[in-house]
Amino acid sequence: MSGRTRASGAELAATAPSFLWLALFFVVPTLLVFAVAFRPSDPYGGIGAGWTLESLRALGNPSYPAIIWRTVWVSVVATVLCVALAIPTAYAMARAPVRWRRTILLLVVIPFWTSFLVRVFAWKTLLHPDGLVKSLLVALGLVQPETTLLYNVGAVLLVTVHTDLPFAILPIYAAAEKFDLRLLEAARDLGAGSWYAFRRVFLPGISRGIQNGVLMVLIPVLGSYVVPDIVGGPSGEMLGGTIAQRVFVDRNLPNAAGLAALLALAVLLPLIGALWLQTRRGRPLRMEELP
Amino acid sequence: MSRNRLPILVTLGVLVFFYLPIAVLVAQSFNASRYGGHWEGFTLAWYARLLREREIWRSLRNSLLIASTVTLASVVLGTTAAFALHRWKGRLQQAHYALVYSPLVVPDILMGMSLLMLFVSLGVRLGLGTIFVAQVTFCVSYVAMVVLARLQYFDYTVVEAAQDLGAGWWTVARRVLLPLLAPGIAAGGLLAFTLSIDDFVITFFVAGPGSTTLPLRIYSMIKFGSPPLINALSTIMLAVTFLAVVVSQRLAAGKEVPARASNHPG
Repeated sequence: MSGRTRASGAELAATAPSFLWLALFFVVPTLLVFAVAFRPSDPYGGIGAGWTLESLRALGNPSYPAIIWRTVWVSVVATVLCVALAIPTAYAMARAPVRWRRTILLLVVIPFWTSFLVRVFAWKTLLHPDGLVKSLLVALGLVQPETTLLYNVGAVLLVTVHTDLPFAILPIYAAAEKFDLRLLEAARDLGAGSWYAFRRVFLPGISRGIQNGVLMVLIPVLGSYVVPDIVGGPSGEMLGGTIAQRVFVDRNLPNAAGLAALLALAVLLPLIGALWLQTRRGRPLRMEELP
Repeated sequence: MSRNRLPILVTLGVLVFFYLPIAVLVAQSFNASRYGGHWEGFTLAWYARLLREREIWRSLRNSLLIASTVTLASVVLGTTAAFALHRWKGRLQQAHYALVYSPLVVPDILMGMSLLMLFVSLGVRLGLGTIFVAQVTFCVSYVAMVVLARLQYFDYTVVEAAQDLGAGWWTVARRVLLPLLAPGIAAGGLLAFTLSIDDFVITFFVAGPGSTTLPLRIYSMIKFGSPPLINALSTIMLAVTFLAVVVSQRLAAGKEVPARASNHPG
């Protein structure tokens, strides 16, 4: 069976529909982004003829370094926050009785099924100068009445953690559920403190889940557009917003393509990192070697 | 002992963090105050006004039209892909897997951008057709992954047994494969429908005049419209979602028994 090198007719027939569809509408367009970045723009918002380095030069725009830096640090901080909240949640879920576990899992999944825009909008009204969170914080004397909670990087971080946290909880919980919790008891019986056991036995045991959680949050947030656009304001702008602006406001597709190519390369880095981690360690779950 | 409670407290905090904004939004949709600063009495006025908003209903019609066709197309393509990935393990399938997996790790905005480049380069008119193509492209991968996960438990000898008993390819597909894969296909279809009807970013890039979907409509309402109307619309959408989740949970729970019963020759 493994000696056969040529695909059979049945295999070709079953593979062709999805293969061709994705080649045509995923691979070709992705390559096209890199090609269009070297095209001139035309005055009607289209793509001109010939080749130019104009869009590469446009990447030297003095406002870009700040936006790119913000995109990177907001993504990293949001990812760290999501994973930091997801690990104890996954741990508590894995330890909970089965009936509770199902309920909590359902409660974590429901936000995933509810409209993304609705959830972002809910935060916009909460953080609004007349909104509930603002009035509450002012009443408690925690913020000055003139402080704005909306339209800054803090709001982007808060709302991003809200929308992306389920994506960190689900893979980490999937790993925690498979983890044999008796190993923690064993560690404690051997004299390890709770915290030590958690750190040296539980965390390495769910490392693959944590890795997946990091990727599931980090990559979409790097390309985040809606959240910064609705609650970020100019001081919370991220790369995704700049790309949309080049497309819809400036109508300069080649410049937008240049930025998109940059974002594509930025997304590749964590993917390559994860791949490297997996191949370097071979089998990341050291727990598997235990009886 | 107190340390052991920390994970439970974090979990409770996370759930409050998930649901508090939603709860406030639902309450606000019944608030007579236009800006929602404080409670000015119960009203259904916003819901009544919502009924008169023609544009919203037109965009809902577009969304339903697109979501149903996208679900159908991506279920067919995704299930075929999952079947091929499961059945054969050669080099072609390695490339096929990479191709199916990649769209899952690409940010929406890149996918929207690249498809816009394709449509502009080809001179295609942006509209419902381009939205359909764009959404099928990302839904196929999700459906394929969900069905593939179900196939892991699939015992291929059932197919061989059917063939030994003289069943043709079509009979095997219709009488053996489809019934066994139905729960996976349904789950994949539900996911595709939800992703399609909720998609904003990719649709935003490839939509044209007259092809406004519900999320595009909501987005422009968030930017320029009146908050209480969005609250009312959001509450209706949340109610539909909760209902759908509860019903699908019930269906999934009820399916476990017949799934086992389907092993008998039908």
